[in-house]
Amino acid sequence: MKVVLRNPRREVDVSGPTTVDALLARLELNPESVLVICGDTLVTRDAQLADADVVEIRPVISGGATP
Amino acid sequence: MKCRRCRAPAVVDVRRHNAAFCRECFLRHVREQVRRAIDDHDMLQPGDRVLVAISGGKDSLAAWDVLRELGYDADGLYLGLGIGSYSDESSRYAHEYASRHGLTLHSVDLARDYGYDVPGAAVATRRAPCGACGLSKRHLFNEVALERGYDAVATGHNLDDEAAVLLGNVLRWETAYLGRQHPVLPAAEGFVRKIKPLVRLGERETAAYCVLSRIDYIVEECPMAAGNRHLGYKELLNELEDRSPGSKAAFLLGYFERAHSRFAGDAASERAHLRPCPECGAPTTGDICAFCSLRARATVGDEAAVELVARRTARGRSSGRSARRATAPAPPGAPTGAG
Ligand code: SF4
Ligand SMILES: [Zn+2]
Ligand SMILES: [Zn+2]
Repeated sequence: MKVVLRNPRREVDVSGPTTVDALLARLELNPESVLVICGDTLVTRDAQLADADVVEIRPVISGGATP
Repeated sequence: MKCRRCRAPAVVDVRRHNAAFCRECFLRHVREQVRRAIDDHDMLQPGDRVLVAISGGKDSLAAWDVLRELGYDADGLYLGLGIGSYSDESSRYAHEYASRHGLTLHSVDLARDYGYDVPGAAVATRRAPCGACGLSKRHLFNEVALERGYDAVATGHNLDDEAAVLLGNVLRWETAYLGRQHPVLPAAEGFVRKIKPLVRLGERETAAYCVLSRIDYIVEECPMAAGNRHLGYKELLNELEDRSPGSKAAFLLGYFERAHSRFAGDAASERAHLRPCPECGAPTTGDICAFCSLRARATVGDEAAVELVARRTARGRSSGRSARRATAPAPPGAPTGAG
């Protein structure tokens, strides 16, 4: 499947099928720091991703904290 | 996974609540958390006019959207920071949201209205960009809200932002900062009320809210954020959260409930020494407020800055407000604290 990563924007190919959890583990990403978007909707961590899917992994952490 | 509330297929899971939600129920969950934060901390009264600090990012746009959904009279304020294409793009997202919903978005541009920008200020003052940026935001949000008669300034600070700041404050035992770290700072002489309605929501939730509400926001990170201390704290806290879901909320919300009041005195004694800045009228403990001092240093070389520095040395005549308006016409606008 095609996996789109952001900041900076890039694409990697990952062979499927797999679950969201397994995909994040494979990419060494903390599930707490990202959202996973498949097609045009969010998916939960147990969701199955097919080899033909296009998946965006979107970071949710924003930077400069100004108290 | 199934939605905890209606058993439909879920689209987002929130481990902290050991729950997953469908789209509708998740949007409701977010509104309920904001409602609860507002009520628990007496953030707003019916009829209050709110000025939301809009950065074009997920948190500020979510805050604006939810406040409006809850029926509040909320306008936006966008602050142009002059951070290259990042600022251009974030401005576009902010204005697009406003025009799509027919909302009022005030706009202040640091370069146009005050003669400096964030990267320039960072160089001139040898401060980290986020320091100069945060100082400018705090000052201008407050100033615009006072000038335009808003009852409160709302920022998009979320649970993760606040937990990271709390960790930093605790690591150094910054007791005055701890005393000020609260979801609502009441109005005081020269200060409008400040509220943080997203304080019960993690940033994964605010991002999910935007995606599910079809709110377009700037996903790219501010280029000045790299290496920011709070980003490191957020990563550490998320590792902890991954091992033990609920840690961040227990840390932050427990602080508000059980520990904040112990530090409130430290913040109050600082406020006791405030007096109006001779340049702009904002309360300060110094001879001139931190914003005017930043502005003077950041704009050295251009005429307005020279005049400002000259006036500052010939201190005493205090019509700073109208004098500044003469050189820096036109009104307001500004963004949120985080990123
Ligand atoms: S990361 Fe945030 S606080 Fe820092 S310079 Fe960028 S917008 Fe300002
Ligand atoms: Zn549901
Ligand atoms: Zn001042």
